[in-house]
Amino acid sequence: MKKILILGAGTGGTIMANKLAPVLDRREWQITIVDKDEYHHYQPGYLFIPFNIYSRIDVIKPRRDFFPAGIDVIMSPIEIIQPEANKVKLTNGQVLSYDILIIATGSDIHPEETEGMLNGAWHKNIFDFFTLEGALGLQNYLKYWEGGKLAINIVEMPIKCPVAPLEFSFLADWWFTEQGIRDKVQIDYVTPLPGAFTKPRAAELLGNFLDQKNINLVSEFSVARVDTTQNKIVSWDNREVSYDLLVTVPTNMGSEVIGNSGMGDDLNFIPTHQKTLQSKKHDNIFVIGDATDLPSSKAGSVTHFEADILYENILRYIDGRSLKEDFDGHANCFIESGFGKGLLIDFNYDVEPLPGKYPLPGVGPFSLLQETKMNHWGKMMFRWVYWNLLLKGSELPIEAQMVMAGKRQ
Amino acid sequence: MPSKTFAGKTVEVDNEGFLVNHDDWTEEMAPEIAKEEGIDNLTEGHWNVIRFIRKDYQKTGQIPTIRRMKNAGGIPTNELYELFPQGPAKKSAKIAGFGKPQGCV
Repeated sequence: MKKILILGAGTGGTIMANKLAPVLDRREWQITIVDKDEYHHYQPGYLFIPFNIYSRIDVIKPRRDFFPAGIDVIMSPIEIIQPEANKVKLTNGQVLSYDILIIATGSDIHPEETEGMLNGAWHKNIFDFFTLEGALGLQNYLKYWEGGKLAINIVEMPIKCPVAPLEFSFLADWWFTEQGIRDKVQIDYVTPLPGAFTKPRAAELLGNFLDQKNINLVSEFSVARVDTTQNKIVSWDNREVSYDLLVTVPTNMGSEVIGNSGMGDDLNFIPTHQKTLQSKKHDNIFVIGDATDLPSSKAGSVTHFEADILYENILRYIDGRSLKEDFDGHANCFIESGFGKGLLIDFNYDVEPLPGKYPLPGVGPFSLLQETKMNHWGKMMFRWVYWNLLLKGSELPIEAQMVMAGKRQ
Repeated sequence: MPSKTFAGKTVEVDNEGFLVNHDDWTEEMAPEIAKEEGIDNLTEGHWNVIRFIRKDYQKTGQIPTIRRMKNAGGIPTNELYELFPQGPAKKSAKIAGFGKPQGCV
């Protein structure tokens, strides 16, 4: 019996299990999936929790509801991966061997990487919204906040979902307007990037949005430390932004077990072939989603597109064929812009977000790089799509590779 | 592709003045590229960074990030910002003869 071992039952690991289980002969292949706990979080939903749009129950479901029949499921943290021995040790004492390893261990925030971030103000007037705990804490804080200086900050790149802090800013502008206190809140958007976003055309458009919404952009600001006695963040080149409420996206890193196993870069992301998703060091190891070091967005949509290519490559690897170099860095993100509207961007390694219609060229129903109500509804419907179609590996009516049809240069 | 001459050697550069081929780079060119970036005098501190970038690229095939310069190169981040003000990753890579560091998406 040969073994495929999947580490991580988040978006990437779950999709891969669902794609592989029905096609691999159970007399030949045993699929095992490992995760540290029982609950699957719909991470894009965290964004809406501080503004009372979603609550805890909207973003959590049991992982087991999404696994295919006939696979082994183990709930335990991972102690170490031993790629030279083709073995994985779990903290519950089990040792698993594998013929093919799929690593989908994701990424997490690390506030302790920034001096002062955890100096007693963490989740008091400094919050993240990349964890359920942070998002819920912020929900409670905002309920009673009467206004002041709000700083929204990205400590360093790369981060999961680079548009999320922008969406947070747009939603905050809307939320404070609804609460009747927008005139009492100053919003600063503090980013290490030269503009609002990484790609020029989208950066310009999103920068204009910040302007229109009276959100002050502070660019090229890399946080060196947080001064919690004077409530200010200080950059490496000694600039300062003060705050009453700091909403931060701390340093994002891959799983610690990757670092402990000597498989990661300085942020514990795994060096991975950009187009095949094979590990650069070990032929029988494949990597998907946030765990990779690919220069693509860290986002569920990217993971989903990667899964289509990785599925084919795993089958090709099993059959001894050369791998397809098909992954193009495709990302597709709805951007909530507040007041019931949204934008949509679609891009890859080489082509920046362009205006147009999506997914049907000329028809839509979604509009690229344009603010519409339909895009907002797309974003809200997406939670259903995620739970009911995407995780199960079902075909969605969109191509894994980016298409130029329907886009305007 | 535009070209530029540093230390008597004409090399291909991109629109922002980064060398297209890092093999074209020689140590003699570094002070002249540095001048364009507003650094008039390359000190031992600067050279320490430049040499680490060159060496680390040989090893990993990638330009080191600021974090890697700290972890693997022992270069404190605040020092890096003092040596190469306003965008140390970009500036140090340029002076060391590499292309613009890959921005994260």
